[in-house]
Amino acid sequence: MRKFVVFGLAAVLAFSLTACGGNSSTDSATTAPAAEGETTEAAADNKESDAAAPAAEGGSFKLGVIGPLTGPAAAYGIAVQNGVDLAIKEINAAGGVNGAVLEMNSQDDEHDPEKSVNAYNTLKDWEMQMLVGAVTSKPCIAVAAESANDNLFQITPSGSAVECAVPENVFRVCFADPAQGTASAQYIGEHKLGSKIAIIYDSSTEYSSGIRESFVAEAANQGLEIVADEAFTADTNTDFSVQLDKAKDAGADLVFMPIYYQEASVILKQASDKEFAPVFFGVDGMDGILSVKNFDTSLAEGVMLLTPFSATEEGSKAFTDAYVAAYGIEPNQFAADAYDAVYAIKAAAEEAGISPDMDASAICDAMKDAMTKITIDGLTGEGMTWDAAGETGKAPKAVKIVNGVYEMQ
Amino acid sequence: MNKKKVRMQNGITYGIVVGCWILVQIMDKTGHMTSLLKGILVPLCMYSILAISLNLTVGILGELSLGHAGFMCVGAFSGAFFTKCMENILPNLQARFFLAILIGAAMAGVCGILIGIPVLRLKGDYLAIVTLAFGEIIKNLINVMYIGLDQNGFHFSIKDTLSLGMDETGVVIIKGAQGITGTPKAATFLIAVALLLLTLFIVLNLIHSRTGRAIMSIRDNRIAAESIGINITKYKLMAFAISAALAGVAGVLYAHNLSTLAATPKNFGYNMSIMILVFVVLGGLGNIRGSMIAAVVLTLLPELLRGLNDYRMLIYAIVLIVMMLFNSSPKAIGLRSVVMERFKKKKAAAKEAA
Repeated sequence: MRKFVVFGLAAVLAFSLTACGGNSSTDSATTAPAAEGETTEAAADNKESDAAAPAAEGGSFKLGVIGPLTGPAAAYGIAVQNGVDLAIKEINAAGGVNGAVLEMNSQDDEHDPEKSVNAYNTLKDWEMQMLVGAVTSKPCIAVAAESANDNLFQITPSGSAVECAVPENVFRVCFADPAQGTASAQYIGEHKLGSKIAIIYDSSTEYSSGIRESFVAEAANQGLEIVADEAFTADTNTDFSVQLDKAKDAGADLVFMPIYYQEASVILKQASDKEFAPVFFGVDGMDGILSVKNFDTSLAEGVMLLTPFSATEEGSKAFTDAYVAAYGIEPNQFAADAYDAVYAIKAAAEEAGISPDMDASAICDAMKDAMTKITIDGLTGEGMTWDAAGETGKAPKAVKIVNGVYEMQ
Repeated sequence: MNKKKVRMQNGITYGIVVGCWILVQIMDKTGHMTSLLKGILVPLCMYSILAISLNLTVGILGELSLGHAGFMCVGAFSGAFFTKCMENILPNLQARFFLAILIGAAMAGVCGILIGIPVLRLKGDYLAIVTLAFGEIIKNLINVMYIGLDQNGFHFSIKDTLSLGMDETGVVIIKGAQGITGTPKAATFLIAVALLLLTLFIVLNLIHSRTGRAIMSIRDNRIAAESIGINITKYKLMAFAISAALAGVAGVLYAHNLSTLAATPKNFGYNMSIMILVFVVLGGLGNIRGSMIAAVVLTLLPELLRGLNDYRMLIYAIVLIVMMLFNSSPKAIGLRSVVMERFKKKKAAAKEAA
């Protein structure tokens, strides 16, 4: 029996030697599919894989994507994967970047920092040159530390925690959490939507508590009075009557909900049962409330949310149509962020004049500089620019739900 | 087992670890190491340490514990907390990491004793449930903790960072659900292997000592053990605390391998505890080498199966079932012994012929 164990171990080691080549999951390169099989075998040996580079004219840039493709957060990861895929197909069809095509390889991180580093290393074996990801905040922080170490250009579509974009090689498309809270408070203050504010937030997620914190800080500057500040956690997200009663008793005329749409739909239902009808104001996590199953969308009538993207908006119609045609579902904000991320890479790559034969570190140096010079009109904002800290500058958009559809304000 | 045989068996266990380390060094020098393998080396050692330490509780002491991830969590947070606090006072990263390991082990060990005193009076399923609850409590406690440090010292809150009331020099170290961010990456393969060898040394020596035999006698027959004057509480607590402390060491390794540390259901929840238990059961209860190998195989497998995309978790599950059957179903054991018998006969025949 002992011998079997030893043999087993030997077999595993032998297997790991042969199988550790960079396998790609969804390869969307339209012009270089033939190179795939070769890279799998050659990835273990750096010299060989150079020879196996795609024979396409002008070569190809290798774009890695990291996100949760399985597990509870999979909807976000798959949306990003689709968004990147769609943008790459469009760009390649239109002649590519600097004469080279883009190639994508997406790896699953299961929304786990440890797995995301494994995914990152897998992509490194594939010789990734630029990275779109990670999709969720915690994995993004872990990956950013690795990519900073390797000096590899990274742009996260949706990693919103502040720490995601701290290394100087990391840029982000979405707003940082505090920026959303501050922007919400400013928007409410400027448009005089309410003066007595109640907050209902999820203290067990960093997303929600981060936004709430900066909202509270900015509310004081805007002359907003916070009359109720109520938390719930992931374990108590099915009944909100206590929080709603407190808000109602305190005479709140606006309820700020920096939370995800599932919980928001329950809150709206319970509020209408209590005949409590203040203005409900949400952030981008609320996007998707109209697609909740068994939810009476008339309850969401008049709800406002700060979101960078709306599928029904005029400017995103072409994208939405193409997305639905390709993947059969309506795009959400994550898909739009990812789509913009790829176009930002394209703009910066053209500005920097990089070519696929450069190594990842040289590309990163050129791209870091170029990112601060570009301006693009994307789905999630017009005239998007980036500063050296990696944060995007774009005006927040607010939408209001009118007759069951989002209406831009 | 006689002494010579024990020594040989232990030698093989150490030899496997050292052999793997040498193999990795050779592969690294000759350029055969992929980034994926390089990145996964520390987690492999970490999971091995966890499996070995849990085997001490489950296999040797014979008590089912489902809260092992809780001890790992304690070790991870206390270790990372120390490393972050001492950033300015003790700039040498390796020294800080070394102390963090000791602190993580001590904290987890203390927790082990604290939990062990009331809990080890329970038996079987009850112990399993209480330890399961303990793991969840630790995770939830850490998720509401806010600790900051400024020139006046530490600030503590269970509400949010604003209520910490720090001045402008303040740094938030543990930020509730966001945990600790920016832990330096101090864990290297060399340190991880050294810790793994240390763990093996502690556990194997314990098992083959007088104390170890006392612990195993409690497992085999509690009444008989008590009747010959063995202090049941003392030995149970000892094994439980050592097991917790070693899990704490693994936690410190985990925290210093990633730049972000948060207590999520994924890494410190009961899923992780069950995962470690799977390593132990698959490797064989009481079989230290087996649990180490099982941990390595089951951690490597999903990564090596990345090429299969979404099917990889399916394959992983099937492989797990097949391995469990191969290891413990009576039919499979019978079949295996028949094969082994033939193998031996052939060998003997070959010897005779020669």
